[in-house]
Amino acid sequence: MWWRDLLFVSLVGGGLFALGYNLIPPREPKPVTTYDAPSYQAADFVSTVAKVDASFRNYWAEWDIAPVPPASDLAVARRLALGLMGTVPSLEEIRQFESLPAHERMPWWIDHVLQDRRSADYLAERFARAFVGTEGGPFILFRRRRFVTWLGEQLHQHRPYDQIVRDLIATQGLWTDQPATNFVSVTSQQQKKNQPDPIRLAGRVTRAFLGIRLDCAQCHNHPFAEWKQTDFQALAAFFGQTHIGFTGVYDGDGEFEATEHSTNETRVAAPRVPFAAELLPEEGSRRERLAAWAAHPKNGHFARAAVNRVWALMLGRPLVEPVDNIEADVWAPDALHILADDFAAHGFDLRRLIRIIASTEVFRLDSAADRDITEEDDKAWAAFPLIRLRPEQVVGSVIQASSVTTIDLDSHIITRLIRAANQNDFVKRYGDSGDDEFDGRSGTIPQRLLMMNGTLIHDRIKDGLFNATARIAMLAKDDRHAVDTAYLTVLTRRPTPEEAEHFTRSLADPSLSRAQHMEDLFWALVNSTEFSWNH
Amino acid sequence: MEPLTSHTPPAHAAPSHAAASHATLHRRQFLTRSGLAGASWLTMAGHFLARADETRADEAAPARRQTARSIIVLWLEGGPSQLETFDPHPGTNIAAGTGAIDTAVRGVQLAPGLERTAGEMASIALVRSMVSREGDHERAAYTMKTGYRPDPTVVHPSIGAILCHELPQAGTDIPRHVSILPGQWPARGGFLGNQFDAFRTGDPAAPVPDTASRLTTSRDEARLRDLDVVERAFARRRQARVDATLHRATVAAARQMMSSEQLRAFDVSSEPIALRRAYGDTPFGRACLAARRLTEVGVRCVEVTLSGWDTHANNHALCQSQLEILDPALSTLVRDLRERQLLDRTLVLCAGEFGRTPNVNLAGGRDHWPNGFSVALAGGGIRPGAVVGATDPEGRRDPADPVPVADLFATVLTAAGIDITRVNQTPIGRTVRFSDGRPVAALLRG
Repeated sequence: MWWRDLLFVSLVGGGLFALGYNLIPPREPKPVTTYDAPSYQAADFVSTVAKVDASFRNYWAEWDIAPVPPASDLAVARRLALGLMGTVPSLEEIRQFESLPAHERMPWWIDHVLQDRRSADYLAERFARAFVGTEGGPFILFRRRRFVTWLGEQLHQHRPYDQIVRDLIATQGLWTDQPATNFVSVTSQQQKKNQPDPIRLAGRVTRAFLGIRLDCAQCHNHPFAEWKQTDFQALAAFFGQTHIGFTGVYDGDGEFEATEHSTNETRVAAPRVPFAAELLPEEGSRRERLAAWAAHPKNGHFARAAVNRVWALMLGRPLVEPVDNIEADVWAPDALHILADDFAAHGFDLRRLIRIIASTEVFRLDSAADRDITEEDDKAWAAFPLIRLRPEQVVGSVIQASSVTTIDLDSHIITRLIRAANQNDFVKRYGDSGDDEFDGRSGTIPQRLLMMNGTLIHDRIKDGLFNATARIAMLAKDDRHAVDTAYLTVLTRRPTPEEAEHFTRSLADPSLSRAQHMEDLFWALVNSTEFSWNH
Repeated sequence: MEPLTSHTPPAHAAPSHAAASHATLHRRQFLTRSGLAGASWLTMAGHFLARADETRADEAAPARRQTARSIIVLWLEGGPSQLETFDPHPGTNIAAGTGAIDTAVRGVQLAPGLERTAGEMASIALVRSMVSREGDHERAAYTMKTGYRPDPTVVHPSIGAILCHELPQAGTDIPRHVSILPGQWPARGGFLGNQFDAFRTGDPAAPVPDTASRLTTSRDEARLRDLDVVERAFARRRQARVDATLHRATVAAARQMMSSEQLRAFDVSSEPIALRRAYGDTPFGRACLAARRLTEVGVRCVEVTLSGWDTHANNHALCQSQLEILDPALSTLVRDLRERQLLDRTLVLCAGEFGRTPNVNLAGGRDHWPNGFSVALAGGGIRPGAVVGATDPEGRRDPADPVPVADLFATVLTAAGIDITRVNQTPIGRTVRFSDGRPVAALLRG
């Protein structure tokens, strides 16, 4: 029966084609993304950047500090990619970047990063640490993955920051269906019939959204600020009618009973905000009222807390330390207020805030100078800080640096699965620094052992079909080119003459194959201080 | 070729040294030459001061030697049932059929399955009235490992980190805080710094991960020379800042560890076969034996995890199979330490995050119960045979002589000779004591 044969052949053929297409999709060269040129040229944008720059220049003049010269474009591109996507730029991206006219490079790159889903997901993970912490949370009642994915979607859709925060504080529903409710359900207490903990929630709201550590007022009056223990309890009372049931997080009735720590006596606390009571609306559930008050454009704490955190994500260190404790009576650089005012005046637009910070002079300063860079320089932001990369940034960079093409959401599903699996294992071994994100500490010996001898690095740099080492060894037209390309791929820069000479000489040594030499070169690059510290 | 030591102050980087070959990196003399390099398990610079201090303290105050110098924590992850381990109530409703066996100490009984441990009871102390305020695994584990409830503004150091910080030890090339078979939340350095996090490693049957180079010696050394070239380029124009990262000092210390003889302490295969059998031919048994070996070469704290105690269903059978692993390991560890005269300076703490409910649920399991559970202690500074507290035979809350977790911590730290009243500054300037509990006098040797 010829038609049966034909049917069989076409079915098998069609199946194989479909399988092949899914496994090895044709890779189209990516269109060069565009950037939103007008937003960088708008008068109020330019003037805010200028104000921030002027504020730092004033300090430098006053303290008699000469700022270091600006960094190279590639160095700035690298820090932006690390700060916002948790990875280094790919060779592919570097080539595109360098093909643009000089004045277009940075705005194009900032927008390229902001439009990339990787940056939404990476920022979501970083924000989530502040919003719900790093602990696993109660089983079943808390879905961390779900929460982070939701947050990533909000950021990717460019939702204003105040709206996201209102959702976090006030949403009702199931943690699976309404992922914002995980903000509440993460505090559910098993020994109290899974009900949320108003104390922990009030602590989160004040620290994460307002940059105030009211938590210590949980047990005693604040040591130096004006907060009283009763202020904190009154704030917690806004969560006193929040419950967890079959329909998820909901608002009902009830009152929050505060416990006096010294006597263990309880008393009912009425909801009250510790300051700016005029911003508290009358209407709505207690949580909705609290959300409206916290995220109010006139509540200066809200914008300042957000600006301080975004600054820290981009520059590795907040303007005021610690990141979630901006005491009213502690000195803060003017930039904090300038940026916070702009953020509140422009609808809490995170992209605008990021664009502004990335356009400031401080963000583009070098991390090196011909003179010694002192602690004074660091304090005055007269040089870009050296910041140890987080485990996710290290593993993201290793995986990206071992490929010449960009590994993003358009990458092959298997590539992404491998990335995810590698990443989790590596982060666990490398050691997570937890909530305390901006601690400025040095690395550990197990981290060095993992980088020098570990499986991930070994697999990633060995001579393999898809690895950059093999691709570069095969395709580079000569040794010098191979060295240049390796440096760009791993360190986002070209080698110094001394480095170029050293490695070109090594590559010519016939006792090892070219691919082996490339492995050794990659090993040295990923084990360097330069690779592990954002600069 | 300039070796990796170029980060050291000029005094150390003399020209003759700069010309030295890379082989010197592997040698002990390297440590004495470059003060910073080998010391990164401690706060880097304090190493030599600390060494001098310790020697002096040991000579001047022989009484200090009575205290524990090392701690082995047997971490029973999941929350072991007190009724099926150290606090049986035979014949009651809450026992649900679990009996009891006599021990070497008159009047003290353990659950069946702990026969060998019962034989060592004269060296062991029990607390049967532990109370905690955390009923969630993660939060309770944090509490039992640090002595504090989770606090969003500070991460407290675990007991091993405190010991490493307070009792420095010279000449140790390997990590002094180790977690073998780490569970979900291995011990952390907290505000003392991540250099005090426990070094994590698996079943001692396999080599310690990532401590051996995958290459030939010549290629390995060539890579270090390559690394040096890259480091030099980055350090140009930012020397002081790069030195402050301690990156290269950490690399040097990692290399030092890779070539250290002390790594062999992780390998139990050289121990007599009879002893290995006595500990039990299980990952946990091998890990306990490795823990003893590690304390002998200067490791301050070893945490060994035995998971599988979260018996929400089928409690009795699960506990029995866990005890088949725990009983030989715990009893042999105590006996082995005693026979080697190490028990006086090694404290063994056997605990989980909480206990289990007195009532058995419909699935034949017991649920979380932080209101009266047990821990066992032995050795350094602990009064042998002591039994503190008692739970209610009918399963009510509020045990007699309750011991809050903070008090257990105060006790263990005091047994190790650590001043718990000392105030520490956290990185954000908050003041925290190592423990805010009170030592339980009945547990401490007079």
